[in-house]
Amino acid sequence: MADSPPPVLALREVSKSFGAVRALREVSLSLIAGEALALAGENGAGKSTLVKILSGVHRPDAGRLLLDGEPVEFHGPADAQAAGVAVIYQEPTLFPDLTVAENIFMGRQPRGRLGRIDRRAMRAQAAALFTRLGVPLDPEQPARGLSIADQQLVEIAKALSRDARVLIMDEPTAALSGNEVTRLFGVARSLREQGCAVLFISHRLDEIFDLCQRVTTLRDGGHVADDRIADIIPDDLVRRMVGRELGALFPKQDAVPGEVALQVRRLTREGVFTDVSFEVRRGEIVALAGLVGAGRSEVARAVFGVDRWDAGSVQVGGRALRPGSPAASMALGLALVPEDRRQQGLVMELSIERNIALAGLAEVRHGPLISRAAERVRAADWAQRLQLRHRSLADAVDVLSGGNQQKVVLAKWLARQPSVLIVDEPTRGIDVATKAEVHRLLSELAVGGIAVLMISSELPEVLGMADRVLVMREGRLVAEIPRGTATEETVMAAATGIGGGGA
Amino acid sequence: MPADRFSLLRRWEGLILILLVAVTTWASLGVDGFANSSNVSFLLLDVTEIALMALTMTLVIVAAEIDLSVASTLGLSCAVLGWLWNAGLPIEAIMPICLVAGALCGALNGFLVTRLGLPSLAVTIGTFALYRGLAYVILGDQAVADLPPAYTSLATATLGPIPVVTLLVAVLAVLFVVILHATALGRAIVALGSNEEAAYFAGIRVKRIRFWLFVASGAMAALASLVFTFRYASARADNGGGLELAVIAAVLLGGVSIFGGRGTLPGVLAAVLLLGVVRNALILADVANEVLNFVTGLLLVASVLAPNLGAVWRRRTSPPLEGSLEGKSAL
Repeated sequence: MADSPPPVLALREVSKSFGAVRALREVSLSLIAGEALALAGENGAGKSTLVKILSGVHRPDAGRLLLDGEPVEFHGPADAQAAGVAVIYQEPTLFPDLTVAENIFMGRQPRGRLGRIDRRAMRAQAAALFTRLGVPLDPEQPARGLSIADQQLVEIAKALSRDARVLIMDEPTAALSGNEVTRLFGVARSLREQGCAVLFISHRLDEIFDLCQRVTTLRDGGHVADDRIADIIPDDLVRRMVGRELGALFPKQDAVPGEVALQVRRLTREGVFTDVSFEVRRGEIVALAGLVGAGRSEVARAVFGVDRWDAGSVQVGGRALRPGSPAASMALGLALVPEDRRQQGLVMELSIERNIALAGLAEVRHGPLISRAAERVRAADWAQRLQLRHRSLADAVDVLSGGNQQKVVLAKWLARQPSVLIVDEPTRGIDVATKAEVHRLLSELAVGGIAVLMISSELPEVLGMADRVLVMREGRLVAEIPRGTATEETVMAAATGIGGGGA
Repeated sequence: MPADRFSLLRRWEGLILILLVAVTTWASLGVDGFANSSNVSFLLLDVTEIALMALTMTLVIVAAEIDLSVASTLGLSCAVLGWLWNAGLPIEAIMPICLVAGALCGALNGFLVTRLGLPSLAVTIGTFALYRGLAYVILGDQAVADLPPAYTSLATATLGPIPVVTLLVAVLAVLFVVILHATALGRAIVALGSNEEAAYFAGIRVKRIRFWLFVASGAMAALASLVFTFRYASARADNGGGLELAVIAAVLLGGVSIFGGRGTLPGVLAAVLLLGVVRNALILADVANEVLNFVTGLLLVASVLAPNLGAVWRRRTSPPLEGSLEGKSAL
């Protein structure tokens, strides 16, 4: 590295502590022009802290930040932006009521005479940016209503308009569909070829191997390894991240399907999904696959009663479900681990034990009063069964890592001993080791006689875990593929409607 | 560090309690006429209506709603009482009618908020004017003063220095403390005030609970109107004007988050007393009314400021949470 030009932006033995917690310990990293670097590590490894140091949100306690080989200090995000560092977050924060062009040039609008904003120039410049990115976005469109993928592209255009030389993408693909990921990667590659340094963070290893040339791995705040992607295989990377051998990532056990536990007949919610019929038997794991926006989560929400439906029926254990009432669904043995655990699954300010008790308040009662002892026992029992890593059950749930938060949501529902468990993206945004634990748990639950309906956007998860794969496309159920014939090709063909459409 | 969110809250309520003791001690030693039994009775009587309405208001604000119409509901209930008394109904029949009228006022608020999805701030600003206006329509500007002495004397009667109505407050306070802090309903109120969506996903009947909280708030305002009317032996349409702000001030000073999801009733009750003691002591010390309002305002600003200062301090010293900041603070 000494011969070539210095890295655009580099960290040298950077440390950062928060109180007693050492978030980063002497971590070094180099971002080189024209190269995409992946940052790998489990939740809690220090990736977010590192991004915040690069983007000027945090200042390191020790170590140096080098810009073009020269020491530099960022006193705030504005300094980092001025130095050409741009960050694309998983969920961008645009001004919803302004147009795309206005969002891009917020605070730096091209000025015309008398200092008035030159809208025409702004529009033209925005259009030029999108041409350069090769995406057909309308600069005059309001930001409200843009998909997350399009919002990210607006953020990238904003970065380009600032002549960003370093593009940091912090889990940008977590909420994107396959096509959107492909488009985002196309943009990232062309920026890299134009001389940008890219830092890419993702929990999906295939994406890291697809996009990046090098990978830096962190574990517990420390620097583990720098590798050239060409030199390693995914298993190597997992080993570096976890620091030990993993059990199988998809420990699916065979289960004998029992009686029908969940039966959905001709369910329709106008404009959202149409004529959806399927059944899930006890002991089965059925995956609901499809592109983002195909209507999978919406079906789950309607079945559970969070949303209403317009036609059709749902039966749980042979008994008809009253529509539009989560409480009624729960009484029949239905449980839903929702898509967005922070917003729908947990009350972040409440303690771990209170979150676990929340779906079963009637079960921790002693007469008219809540029994704190019963609540504690219920939480402790499930925390142990799910190997929850926590200090005290009285801690607010927001101190836990994403994977452990998901375990709390699972505990909350499993403690009710449901007969049908619906899990919506059960492993989104959680680390590899916890993922394997969640998969093992789902498999054990199915063997224990629970009917599991799993919505997942990760094909390996769908293929690895499901006894049957149901595929949705544009609000309709278009295919049912048994485990034996489910492959990436058959599922994707059905999901996209290209090449036959499956069984 | 993890539990300090809760201990900090306890500390805030502890602070209010310490302040209450300190101010009371100071007033007992330094203000003539404060520490005698008739003044103590007067002080306790004086905060009765605020304390009653603060009980339900606490639940409403913890549920991330607000009810600005309580004092107007009180006035409307007073007007109904005066009107029916003039019409010759026995007082024993009138009192339950007043409570029902208050509950109906709350039910209208609750309907507009939960069924039509309107924000409670806007709804209750509207009904704040509506109910008071209705009170004037019913009773005009007359004062009905010939109320039965049995009730008016009971409203000011004392056992030692303790007014009888304070016992009523105490019983209801215990009931509400138990409801908020030890029942499934209370747990559900805290959860839905903190994160309505997650509460709904957990099977909590969010709308139904909110609706009944407004009903309870209206009924409690009517109960307060009975105490108010008998205490002053006067039913007027303008009874209790401005009281809603005193109630909300006490609730916020007691450490309840205006954003919902956080707060305890012991803190609120301490704040009700603190505001009452300060007011009483300053009046006895011949401090001008303007200064009095200034001091009340100062306490309120402090109450809003202090927990936030705590939060800023916490943010600087605690580790960031992996994942919790994704997608926020893009700039």
